[in-house]
Order: sequence, then C-alpha cells, then structure tokens
Amino acid sequence: MSSIVDLKQLKVNFQIRQGFIKEVIKREKKIVKAVDNIDLSIKKGEILSLVGESGSGKTTTGRAILQLVEKTDGEILFDGKEINNKSNEYMKNFRKRAQMIFQDPYQSLNPKFMVIDIVAEPLQLMKIKVSEEEKIDKVVKALEFAGLRPGKDYLYRYPHELSGGQRQRVSIATCFIVSPDFIVADEPVSMLDASVRADIIKLFVEMKQKKNISFLFITHDLSLSWLISDRIAIMYLGKIVELGKADLIAGACRHPYSQALTSVLAVVGDRRKRKRIVLEGEIPSPINTPSGCRFHTRCPLAKEKCKIEEPKLREIEEEHYVACHYPEIIK
Amino acid sequence: MKNENILEVSNLKTYFKIKEGTVKAVDGISFSLKKGESLGLVGESGCGKTTTALSIIKLLADNGYIEDGKILFKDKDITKMTESEMLPIRWKDISIIFQGSMNALNPVMRVSDQIVEAIQLHENISDKEARERVTKLLELVNLDTGLIDSYPHEFSGGMRQRAMITMALACNPGLIIGDEPTTALDLMVQAQIIDLINDLRKKLDTSMIIITHDLSIITEICDRIAVMYAGKIAEIGTVQDVIFNYKHPYTEKLIKAFPNIYGEREMVESIPGFPPNLLDPQKGCLFADRCHKKIGEICEKVDPNLIKVGGKNHMVACHLWEGKDE
Amino acid sequence: MSSNINRKKVMKKGIIRFIDIFKENKMGVLGFYIIVFFLLVAFVGPLIYSYNPQEFAKGGLIAPPTKEFPLGTDDMGRSILGALIYGAKVSLMIGIFATLISVFIGTFIGIVSGFAGGKFDSVLMRITDGFMVLPKLPLIMILAALLGSSTRNIIIVIGLTGWTGTTRLVRSQTLSVKQRPFIERAVSVGAGKGYIMFRHILPNVFPLVFSNTILVAAGAILTETTLSFLGLGNPLVPSWGQILRGAFTSGAVSIGAWWYFVPAGLCVILLVLGFTLLGYSFDEILNPKLRRY
Repeated sequence: MSSIVDLKQLKVNFQIRQGFIKEVIKREKKIVKAVDNIDLSIKKGEILSLVGESGSGKTTTGRAILQLVEKTDGEILFDGKEINNKSNEYMKNFRKRAQMIFQDPYQSLNPKFMVIDIVAEPLQLMKIKVSEEEKIDKVVKALEFAGLRPGKDYLYRYPHELSGGQRQRVSIATCFIVSPDFIVADEPVSMLDASVRADIIKLFVEMKQKKNISFLFITHDLSLSWLISDRIAIMYLGKIVELGKADLIAGACRHPYSQALTSVLAVVGDRRKRKRIVLEGEIPSPINTPSGCRFHTRCPLAKEKCKIEEPKLREIEEEHYVACHYPEIIK
Repeated sequence: MKNENILEVSNLKTYFKIKEGTVKAVDGISFSLKKGESLGLVGESGCGKTTTALSIIKLLADNGYIEDGKILFKDKDITKMTESEMLPIRWKDISIIFQGSMNALNPVMRVSDQIVEAIQLHENISDKEARERVTKLLELVNLDTGLIDSYPHEFSGGMRQRAMITMALACNPGLIIGDEPTTALDLMVQAQIIDLINDLRKKLDTSMIIITHDLSIITEICDRIAVMYAGKIAEIGTVQDVIFNYKHPYTEKLIKAFPNIYGEREMVESIPGFPPNLLDPQKGCLFADRCHKKIGEICEKVDPNLIKVGGKNHMVACHLWEGKDE
Repeated sequence: MSSNINRKKVMKKGIIRFIDIFKENKMGVLGFYIIVFFLLVAFVGPLIYSYNPQEFAKGGLIAPPTKEFPLGTDDMGRSILGALIYGAKVSLMIGIFATLISVFIGTFIGIVSGFAGGKFDSVLMRITDGFMVLPKLPLIMILAALLGSSTRNIIIVIGLTGWTGTTRLVRSQTLSVKQRPFIERAVSVGAGKGYIMFRHILPNVFPLVFSNTILVAAGAILTETTLSFLGLGNPLVPSWGQILRGAFTSGAVSIGAWWYFVPAGLCVILLVLGFTLLGYSFDEILNPKLRRY
C-alpha cells in the first residue's frame, strides 16, 4: 500500500445541545454534519494540504484521523488497516506512528511542565525504555532538529519563558522524538509572525525529505499550502470540492469556489490586474446545509441541476478531481 | 490657511512603566496623514503599531505615557489635552476599530441600540434621527437593514465586523483607525471587508490608519505604508515606493516572507534572531543584529535617522542609503 | 545526576520568586506571622509553661489574673493561660488534619467528576449538592454523638463534611482546564485518563486548591471550636472551644469573668483571621486575574 491514510466515505456529525425540553421531550435533534462523506488518500511521503474556511470540516477531519474525535460513519485506514481504537495495544502503536501539531503555541503546552518533560513525555507514555542520560540526549537532539540550539539550554525552561515560534518548535520536537510516520499539522503557523513562519514550515519539508514523514497540513492560508504541499484539497461545508497538485491554485482551479477563493488571494507586490471574484453573503449554516450542491447558493454559475443533485468528486484530468456538475465551462 | 494634513505626528515617544524599568514601545516616530488618505502601519508583534494608535486616541493603559513628541490633529496638539478635552474628540473626530472588536459588542444589547448609543453620546439628536442615520450607515456597509434589531450573537463574524465599522463611522469622524480589521476573518469575508473599505474610501472623505501585520492586504487598501520595527519607523512612502522599490533590509525581508503564488515556487525566508527587548534597547540600529545588509560598526553604534530617498516622500532609516539621499 | 541538579536549581528559583512576590502582599505576610505565632505557642509554649489539665484547684475557682496565673483560673482552678497554650496545639492539629481530609476528598472527586463529565458527573454533583444542602451542624452533631467524642472522631467528622466547597471549585476549574489544547495533545501522545487527570490537570488546578485549602482550614478550626463549645468534643482534651464551653456552663459570662472567655475567643478569631488573610493573599498571587500591578 502506498497510502499512509485512506478515508472512505468518512462522516463526522456533532449534535448541538438545545436544552432539556427540545432534546428530551420534543426529541428534536440539531446535527452539524462537520465532515460529510469524504474520500481521500494521503500517500506515503507526501504533504497534502487541507484548505478551507470556517465550517469546512478540515480541522474535524484531522482530528478524526487521529482518533481525537469519534467518526460517525465511514472508514479510516492507517497504513492499509482500519484503526482499531478498542485495542490498547493497537492504539499505543498508532499513537507512536501518528502525531499532531496544534495551532495555538500559547495553549498547547502544559504551563506547569518544563520543556524536557514535555518533549520526553511521549517516550514515557509509550514505555520506551531509556536511561536518564539517553533520555536527555534524545530530547536535546529533537530540540536541535527543531531549531532550538543549543538544545541543553532549553531543557529546564517553562513555556511562558519562550516565544510563540519557540513553543511551536518544542511541539515539533515532541512529535519528532518518536519518529512518527504521519503528522497532522493543524494551522501550525497561523498564530506566528510572518517572518517566523518560514523556518517552521521548512522543518516540515525537511522531515518529509529526510525521514519520509507524511503530512496532513490543515490551513486557511492558501499561499502557504501552495508553497510546501504536493497536493491540495479544498473543502467547503464538509465536502471536498477540489483535489489536485499544488500549483493548481495559481490560477488553474476548476471549481467555482476554488476559483473565487484563489482569485481574492491578496499577494504582496502583485501588479497584475487580476479579476477578483468576491462571493456574496456568508457560508451557510452547517446545520441546514443547502440541498444539492452545497455551494449553489453562492455560486455565480449555478444552474437548476445544482440545486437538486449533489455533484460527486470525479477525476476530470490526471490527478485532478472536482466535485461540480459544470467544471468544463469555467476557465 | 488650513493645513491639508489632518494628522501630524512628530517624534512621538510612548513608554510604559513596568516593575523592571521602562519599555520604550514607541521611540520617536513621525508621519503625517492628508485628508482622505489611507496610511498602513505595518510590522510584527511588538513593533509599536498598536501603541501608536492608542497614543493618538489617548487610550493607553495606566502605566503608559507619552514621554515626548507632538500629535497635531486638525492643528491641535492632542498630547497636551486632558481627558475631558479628549472626550468630545474621541469617536466624533477620531474613532477606532479595535482588534477582535467583533467580540466587543455588548451581548445583551441590540446592535441598533448600541450604535444609537454611540451616536447619542456625542451628538444631541433624537432617537428617531439617530436610527435613521444608523439605517443609512448600514446600507453603506452592505448590512441587511432588516437585521439591525438583532443581538450580536445572531450575527456572523463578518457581519459583526461590519457593525463595528458602522459604529466607527456613526459620528462622521475625520479619522478612523482600524487595528487588524481583517484578521480572524475567513478569506472570502476578508475580501468583502477589503472591498467595503475601498468603497468607503471613495465615497467618504475620511482618513484612515490601518494597522496590520499582513502586508498583502495593505497593498489593497492603503495609499501609503509605514513599516515599523522595534518602536521606530524603518521605511515610509507610497505603496508603490515601499513595496516595489523597497530600500530597508527589514522591508525586503518582510516582503519576501509572504509567498507569491504568481511567482516562482521557492521557499520563503525567515528572519533569523528575535525582535529586540524594548526594556533597555541597545544603541545603534535595532535591526542590526538580524540584518543581512549590515555595513559595519556604524550600524551598531549609531541610530539611523529617516532620510529622503526619492519617489513621493519616500523615506528610510538606514545607514545604507546615507549619502545617496536627495 | 546533572539533570536533577538543574531541575532543582530552576525550581528553587521559582520558589524564591514566589516568596519575593509574597513578601509584598502585606495582608498575606500578616496572616503568615499570626499563624507562625500560634504555631510557636502550640509547640514551644508547652516547653516553657507547664500545665496539667488533671491538676485541679491550684488557684482559686474562676479567679482573676494574678502573677501566678496571668490569665486567671477556670471553674476547676486550672490556669487559663495554660489551657490556651495547650489548646492551641489541639485546635491547630484538628483544624489541619480535618482540612487535609476534606481537601483530599474534595480534590479527588472534583477532578474525577469534572474530567469524566456526562452522567457520572451529574450524579456525583447531585450527591455533592445534597451534602452541601444538609445543615452542617446538626449533621456533625449527630455523627459526633454516634461515633463518640474522641479527638480522632472529631477530625473525621469535620473532614467528611467539609469537602463540598472544594469539590465544586476543583470541578469547575477542571472543566476549564479540560478544554485547553494541551490536554488534547496529551491524548494524542497516548496518555490515559488517569495520567491526564493527575499529571496534567492536577498541577494546573493545584494553585487554586492550595489557596482554597487555607480557607478551609479557617473554617475547620471554627467548626472544631463550635463542636467543643457544644459539648461534643473530648472534655479531657483542652481546646479553645472547651475553654469557651467551660466559661459558658460555669456562668463565668454572667459574672463578668472576662479572663475566662475573652482570651480564648480572641485566639480563635485571630487564628481564623490569620488563615483567612493568608488564603486570600495566595488567591491574589496565584490567580493572575486578581493580581494588582
């Protein structure tokens, strides 16, 4: 199998709390279909970006893969086999091979732990037997790989003594120390200054190149995803609308939503008078998703069929998938 | 004859007193703003851009104070004004949209009432007149007027931001300061707000100061840019001059930190090192230890002044360009 | 091991910093000195001033202060100063041990309930609410009457009824800490539920527990005094509550023998005040939202 992760018809629903009367007596359920029937494969050694706005389901997808959120339906395969979250044995191995980097560097590290404890924690939890010296050695190596040099200077510091960028590096060191096969990076640099981001995402590229680690890079920042990904998947209201090679988004998208999104991307120093497709209105509520194609309410090219029938994700050219009834028309 | 500059900041120094000493958040900045012009204040965290805005509207924290400098708004020096002299100016002449202000709306008051309240605090007009004005303003910002009596939680993030813009415009101020007006918004909503701001620039005569770390939106909504670093202005000029003809090494690095999807697909660069500690800033240029174009000892010993480098009022504070100025 | 040396150095620095901040909180420092004073009275006092509760009629009965008996005598002719000194130890010990029991139970239930959530949490909280609503004093009196009035039983009774406040506090703090991303990170690295509760949540809840503990101690001391006053304590063990009881039952109050009840009352008030001041000061220091710059 050359995929590290396969998603087959994955569905993740959440129920919204409504208060006693509605829930128990009236039995009215408000369900948010955060991820609604998606198929996706992440190849070994690739960086795949999941891009979308709020409510697109990208974050939930990442969490569902790592078993931090329960799936409602469908299959999640890891290295060819379905994830068995009932078996402690399996999960311990899974947690070693699949890791996550979180968005908020200020909240994703326990403020009461010293850096050495944070980075060494996976070793302890996975019962990897090392002597005290070996442990320190591994931690220092992980910290230095993540760009914190000299590593030993950081061991006994607390998170509040570090900057946002440094904390993210600690997070990366924590992932790196157990040599995972797959990492979900959830908006890892969106809370960092622009001048600091480059170094962090360069680490991801390095991890992919040197250790063949696969990445699911979740972001709302299209230009960043273009820079480091092999492939990009664009999501809207719980569905994948377009999937293809990264340089698609520099003007070669076929789905109207992707087209609009990429057209409004503000680029520094861009002199071209490009046409901006600014969509009207807001993203519809995920509780009452529009019928047929989810995007039809805002699509400048919507036709009758779009209101009735949901388009399936299909291959329109090599390695390029679009979920639209009329992708041919748009250019 | 009335000055065509609605705002003139000269050598502004704003410091903060903390237990360990004095933080020189803003240390000698000067710029001016014409009527109807839009200036972008750009820089990363800690550069002093928000402090500059708060100094202009005089809403500094208790331990902050203006140490030196002048802020002339419509030819009157704000720095010398007392709080009671400032009250009528605040909101009526200068209004501000705070960062994350989408969450600054009172959750138990209807949106229309909040805007009416803002108006009536500054002008003596009837409820009916105030509501009429609110309706007109909402049309201006493209908010469905049928929704004005909703509560904030019924609005989406983008709609709340429009409500905040409405409130800022309510008393027809001469100057609006927007602190990160598009951060935390979805990409498409950002685009809508950018269009809205550009629309307002055309329709109204209001001057704007837009504060952001996102260089890419500055080019869309500003006439001029001031790049700030460590409490000082590194470079200032028109968007054309600063972005396409940058002179300061920091400006160069900042521009190159934003990927250009229409250009070559090459990795962006980071700036090595960290921003300096403003508690006891060292001598010389504060960017020196991270600068890839340092020319020598002068960078470490002497603080560079802003000098003209051609273009339309294009100025840069860098020793590289000394002697080449006009 | 060099890592342990470094670790200890850093922790020591943290403690020194905390002490520096604490020193600036005048309220806390006052509370601290009051408690130290009573600790000295309780542990050093008996070495200086000897007192035997079994020896009766050494002075007169309810006699006013003299050189030999600086605070007069009680209704059995025993030195009141002596009773105060020996009583300090009892009041403190009962207060502290009962507090430890309460806080231990409260923290444990609070964290487990808050972390588990769902029906388990609801049920536990309803039980806690039930306990909270029960009138404390009658409950304590009944239990004391049933179990007998030994010192140990008093400690248990106070401990078993004083945990509800701590539980509520710890649970709400747990609920808030539970949401923070680093907890999710711990799960993603393979942490089990017990590990998360006690290795991740507890240290973040601990500052709150600490300041709360001190306030609970104030309450426990007061409760013990009340119990003894009502006659549910051990009459052979001198405590401030016993002194007050003696003053009341012997009619000392009505004859104006102030030396019998005023000093004891003052001691209780002062000690409770000491704990309260200390507790509030810790709250201020450890809760960044309350901190004044």
